[in-house]
Amino acid sequence: MKRAHLLHWTRGWVGIAAIVAIGLALSLVITERYHHRILTLVFLWAAMGLAWNIISGYAGQISFGHQAFFGIGAYVTVLLAAKAGVTPWLGMLAGALVAVLAALLIGTPTFRLAGIYFGLATLAYPLIFRIVMDYLGYQEVAIPMVRDRPALFMQFTEPRSFDLLALALLAATLVLSRLIEGSRLGYSLRAIKENEQAALAMGVDAFRCKMAAYALSAAPAALAGAIYSHAILFVVTPEAVFGVLVIVQTLVVCLVGGVGTLWGPVIGAAIMIPVSEILDSTVGDRLPGIQGVVYGAALMGIMMFAPEGLFWRLGRGRAAAAAAPAPAATTAAAVEPDGATTRAAVPATSSAVVLDVRSVSKAFLGLQALTEVTFDVRDREILGIIGPNGAGKTTLFNVLNGFLLPERGEIRWQGEPITGLSPHLVCRRGIGRTFQVVRFFPRLTVLENVMVGAFAHGGTPAAATARAREALARVGLAGRAAVTPSGLTTLELRLMELARCLATAPRLVLLDEPLAGLAADGVEILSAMIRRVRRAGVTVVIIEHTIQALVKIADRLVVLDQGRRLAEGLPGDVTRNPAVIEAYLGQRWLARHASTHAADLRP
Amino acid sequence: MVASELAQYVVTGLLVGGVYALMSIGLALIFGVMRVVNFAQGDFMMLGMYLTYYYAVALHVDPLLGALFTLPPFFVLGLLVHRAFLTRVTGGGDPNREMDAQLILTLGLSLVITNTTTMILSPMPRGINAPYASKAFVLGPLLLNQARSYSFLMALLLAAGVYVLLTRTDLGRALRAAADDPEAAAYQAINVRAMHGVAFGIGIALVAAAGGLLATYHPIEPNVAVNFIVLMFVAVVLGGLGSIPGAFVGGLVIGLVQSLTLLLLPLQLQNVGVFVTFLVVLYVRPQGLFGRRARAV
Repeated sequence: MKRAHLLHWTRGWVGIAAIVAIGLALSLVITERYHHRILTLVFLWAAMGLAWNIISGYAGQISFGHQAFFGIGAYVTVLLAAKAGVTPWLGMLAGALVAVLAALLIGTPTFRLAGIYFGLATLAYPLIFRIVMDYLGYQEVAIPMVRDRPALFMQFTEPRSFDLLALALLAATLVLSRLIEGSRLGYSLRAIKENEQAALAMGVDAFRCKMAAYALSAAPAALAGAIYSHAILFVVTPEAVFGVLVIVQTLVVCLVGGVGTLWGPVIGAAIMIPVSEILDSTVGDRLPGIQGVVYGAALMGIMMFAPEGLFWRLGRGRAAAAAAPAPAATTAAAVEPDGATTRAAVPATSSAVVLDVRSVSKAFLGLQALTEVTFDVRDREILGIIGPNGAGKTTLFNVLNGFLLPERGEIRWQGEPITGLSPHLVCRRGIGRTFQVVRFFPRLTVLENVMVGAFAHGGTPAAATARAREALARVGLAGRAAVTPSGLTTLELRLMELARCLATAPRLVLLDEPLAGLAADGVEILSAMIRRVRRAGVTVVIIEHTIQALVKIADRLVVLDQGRRLAEGLPGDVTRNPAVIEAYLGQRWLARHASTHAADLRP
Repeated sequence: MVASELAQYVVTGLLVGGVYALMSIGLALIFGVMRVVNFAQGDFMMLGMYLTYYYAVALHVDPLLGALFTLPPFFVLGLLVHRAFLTRVTGGGDPNREMDAQLILTLGLSLVITNTTTMILSPMPRGINAPYASKAFVLGPLLLNQARSYSFLMALLLAAGVYVLLTRTDLGRALRAAADDPEAAAYQAINVRAMHGVAFGIGIALVAAAGGLLATYHPIEPNVAVNFIVLMFVAVVLGGLGSIPGAFVGGLVIGLVQSLTLLLLPLQLQNVGVFVTFLVVLYVRPQGLFGRRARAV
């Protein structure tokens, strides 16, 4: 396992070194000026694509306005040189800085928008910049010729110099991307892309992560714009740097190559840029729109036939082969003894209140989902919350972990109010949760899924890996660490989600119908696991709608019906409560089983 | 400033806004029924302008009538485009990713249409010499350009037609059912995929007709689409993605904003007002003025 990880780790860096070596070799071999131009363009668009890939590939936030940063880099650098005589070597750093600031300014409001709205909003920014540049009279800004110190002003006569400059940017962007991939940020971004809600519940600060990714992706985009101006344009126009073609080329190299990977944009640029350049230079005079047609057709074709991009399409067979020999370790959790890693077992009789829910009410457009719900959770107990479908159980959990803001009421956790706290902060305070329908991150391995939880309290990737392995071992899934969740059974998925939740080092776990859809032996295994979690010192709150399973493991029950708390107490008492029986089983059942029902339901 | 001058700007904005409203309805219908943000909508508008132009030049059809004659061929074109391309990226999978895929597919389509048109018809702008384009109705102190007034009325007429179609006919009910709940609609023996095709066809036909009306007073060129697609997005988001009355009002508002921006800012910055409105609406009320659905968080 460790070796596989090391292999994966080195493969990234070796790949980067290989790309740089191939790039250098090509640059040295090529002699024609025109070919150098194509090579420069390949490097530049690969770098631009990688920049876009940080926010749109890893984090899945499709930005249709990334040329805003490209244009800022170009304009800042060229204007500084033209108006103030600043060398572009410094100017492009200033451009990158301005682009990062712009990303922070743009991102702060824009990331409040989800999904399609984010993409649409990003359309507007380059359009605004473009109009403003026109208005300010910067329709055409020529790079000032400096004859005496050309190198200082990035004016090389040797075309190879621009290749090397662009290659250096590509290498730097690859390194940046590789560092992000292996970091806590990288795991968080991938989790956000796969399932933002689950990521939030696992302590990921989605907003900050997106902002960080956006800022990090703005800098290389700006540098690409600055180099592009000096190597290719010579005269910067709003159309050339803020125009549609910039984002189209970026999208094309990424989508054709494949997003969410270092190699996709490089592959895409290596294929698409030479094709379009050669077409443009051979038939471009007669057919002025040929580049647009090629790019458009490429976008359509890739979406219809290989929407994941060439890298993933071609690499899928290999990846599947690598994942296939899953080590045949034990997956039956129940047979594993308690690990030495669990905390000392404690009796469940402690009565200190840890979670205090007071008069919580929540309505959705007139539907009262929760009405004045009050109960408390005691330290290290297993509290069952039961109720028929639509009783408000999941809504209650969503209020408890911060997904929903209650209209009224207060929630105190270990004496402190947590009402209205963001989900990731609730998680970091020590309240973990699982979901009724398991929310996993499909493209992450089981280990990586759990690592997202393990990062809740920071730490290095190595530490998170260790914590994740420990959590997987606790639920008996150690042998399945390397597969993706699609290969797991329902029971294993539930165990993985529990492990992910435990990896956040919770003091309280909220389990939303963990037993639903499991066979009898699965219910046994998971029930045993839940008891073990409690023995390790974690308080447990479980939602179920089947009373039988719950009375066996819960110390106390709270009954919800139509958003109200109907009863609270020991399982035996609650199941004898006529109001509960009526709500649950109906009047007729009550009449038929008038005296004997309680005995059947007792544990 | 004189009140009559302000009134003049308002009236001019509304007249232009009527045509924006018609084109936005097409986009909203497509989004409402199919959940597809059609990037190529502006290009179909551009093609509608050209078809109206050739009706006028070759067959001497008045552009106001020519705009109506764009409806049938573009409806069929919409059906074909849906069948040939969009069905390949629809169905199954994560809805967010599907939406991204469709957006990128239609962006590609838009590039192909714009650039192919440039290659075949040259980037040279053309215009239709409608006899009423340079005349105006005089209404007290106000001047109403005749081409814009007629286009406005035609746009209202077509929008009313869409309204009747959607609310009073079986086809309209089926379309709305497919939009509200595709699964339930399928259980009611509604062919959801066919409804998507019909919605796309109608959406394309409407924007083409709007292009035809626009052609009575706006130059016709292959890359006219870029500016208008953004205006349509703004109108549709303003009204609430997928809401048809919303898109209509959104279109009128965009016309107004464009016109009134001229009072404050120089001509080059006319669209800055529109984009700022767009961003403000997105931040303040992402579900739009008429949006029913809360946005997916």
